[in-house]
Amino acid sequence: MVPLFYNARSLWARRLSTGLTVVGLGLVVFVFSAVLMLANGIESALASGGDASNAVILRKGATGELVSGVERDAVRILTTDPAVASGPDGAPLVSGELVVLVTLPRGGTQEMNTTARGISAGSFTARPEVRLVSGRKPRSGTNEVALGSALVGSSPDATLGGELHFAQQRWPVVGVFEARGGAFESELWADATRLGAAFGRDGFSSALVRLRSPVAVADFVKRVEADPRFTLEAKPEPEYWADQASGLATFIRVLGLFVSFVFSVGAVLGAMITMYAQVATRIAELGMLRAVGFRRRSVLASVVAESAMLGAAGGVLGALGALATRWIHIRTLNFQTFAEVSFGFTPTPGIVVGALLFGTLMGLLGGLLPALRAARLSILDALRA
Amino acid sequence: MSLEAVPAALPMVRLEGVSKTYRRGTVAVPVLEAVDLSIATGAFEAFMGPSGSGKSTLLNLISGLDRPSTGIVEVAGRNLAELDDRELSDWRAAHVGFIFQLYNLIPVLTAAENVELPLLLTPLSRAERRRHVAAALDLVGLSHRVSHRPPQMSGGEQQRVAIARAIVTDPDLIIADEPTGDLDRKAAEAVLDLFGVLHQELHKTLVMVTHDPHAAERAGRVHHLEKGVLQ
Repeated sequence: MVPLFYNARSLWARRLSTGLTVVGLGLVVFVFSAVLMLANGIESALASGGDASNAVILRKGATGELVSGVERDAVRILTTDPAVASGPDGAPLVSGELVVLVTLPRGGTQEMNTTARGISAGSFTARPEVRLVSGRKPRSGTNEVALGSALVGSSPDATLGGELHFAQQRWPVVGVFEARGGAFESELWADATRLGAAFGRDGFSSALVRLRSPVAVADFVKRVEADPRFTLEAKPEPEYWADQASGLATFIRVLGLFVSFVFSVGAVLGAMITMYAQVATRIAELGMLRAVGFRRRSVLASVVAESAMLGAAGGVLGALGALATRWIHIRTLNFQTFAEVSFGFTPTPGIVVGALLFGTLMGLLGGLLPALRAARLSILDALRA
Repeated sequence: MSLEAVPAALPMVRLEGVSKTYRRGTVAVPVLEAVDLSIATGAFEAFMGPSGSGKSTLLNLISGLDRPSTGIVEVAGRNLAELDDRELSDWRAAHVGFIFQLYNLIPVLTAAENVELPLLLTPLSRAERRRHVAAALDLVGLSHRVSHRPPQMSGGEQQRVAIARAIVTDPDLIIADEPTGDLDRKAAEAVLDLFGVLHQELHKTLVMVTHDPHAAERAGRVHHLEKGVLQ
């Protein structure tokens, strides 16, 4: 085996072309890993909502809360299910919730759609992941709202102590909550009755049911769907939020991976050109290696390894660049809910490892043809070069 | 890989009816014609002749870098025609040390790393390889240049590093193609002195191609080639 430091030093000896190739490969790896981090961020933002002991009740066939309707009577019936958990006050943890879109000014002339969730008494209790970080919960029977932390500052009055204006009413902000980075952080929560009155809605969009344990959820789902009194369906809450996230995340992932693939063809060609140049300038060295006894496959492996080093360096550069985006946060429209969601670039160890492997793979592919050329060189021709 | 020495009774090199013809398009260009040759083990022999006379081709055939069109090339008791490309690589690694006119050192490696290259094909441990490298560089008088790279050395020093690389595996046969062709007189003398040490003290078999009559004088026997025919 030709020592790897020979390859490393040969690359360093031609550092301009090496550097440019690494930058090219790094840019592709950056796009690749940033896209995966973005899709992951969307999934984290949307799909991390939900507790395994909770079930979301929607009208049968509804794809989301925004297009769903649940009668108040149905919510009352659900409270009688024996598997439903009780709150500290002994009341069953079943919350009818109303979801509407409200338009808030973004600043200047721009506006943004925001999900407003009308909540009931059990909404906070049934969601342990939701935690007030400042202020207090909205009081029942008032227009008070609590903001998800991702909304704070997104609109001029979206701050604790501020006052929002929508549905021709004033909505004072009395609290800010976090939800472990989940979708709720892009929502504002208000009393369901007051919100329903403001929007002329009598019923709810959905009901949130907290069960005694996660294992009770599957049977509860079956009971709801089989109950002839309802035309409702139930989903475990994590599954519901995962479905909400899947459209946008899949769109970004597929688009991003396609773009990465197209770019990677260019990067592989770049690596190939660099490696052809490396081979061309070292033909006599390769001929000497063959003459003293290194086999063709050793020369082939050496050139491929050198190209893989280029790719790995590109992978490291791209992954580091992508990791730097983790402090960037983006707001965009979720096509599933038509509300804006805020999310960031969320790295995972798998994405970082994938980025390094992707870079190395591009290097390997780029090195194959130059390596074959090097291995097939006639020793005599190479020594005469 | 076999590193055993060839029994002294056998010739190190035996060529029988060796011809070599190259093809340039449809034209056949004969380079060597019916060469019969025997080089004894431990001999130092030189080949001279004008450019295009077939000297280097003969050297390439003896060293297993090329194959004859007809005839038998037997080196260190082995008929090279019996070996495929992979076996021939292994055979060269075990039996032949190469010294080229332009040294063919790798510029990004130090003198010690260049010398160590052929040892990477042996089962020696790292510590053993280092000992062999140190001994070879000591023999060529370059112990003080171990960490220097070829561009930091003179031509004569580079050729001595190449000699150290050629002898580090203790090969049966050392092949030198115009070893002094790119050196000034003083450096050339130093290289030829080293050849004397290899031949007389270490009893190595040396086969050298040269244009330089002074270099050829150091050999025990000088062969002349003219238009592919051994005179």
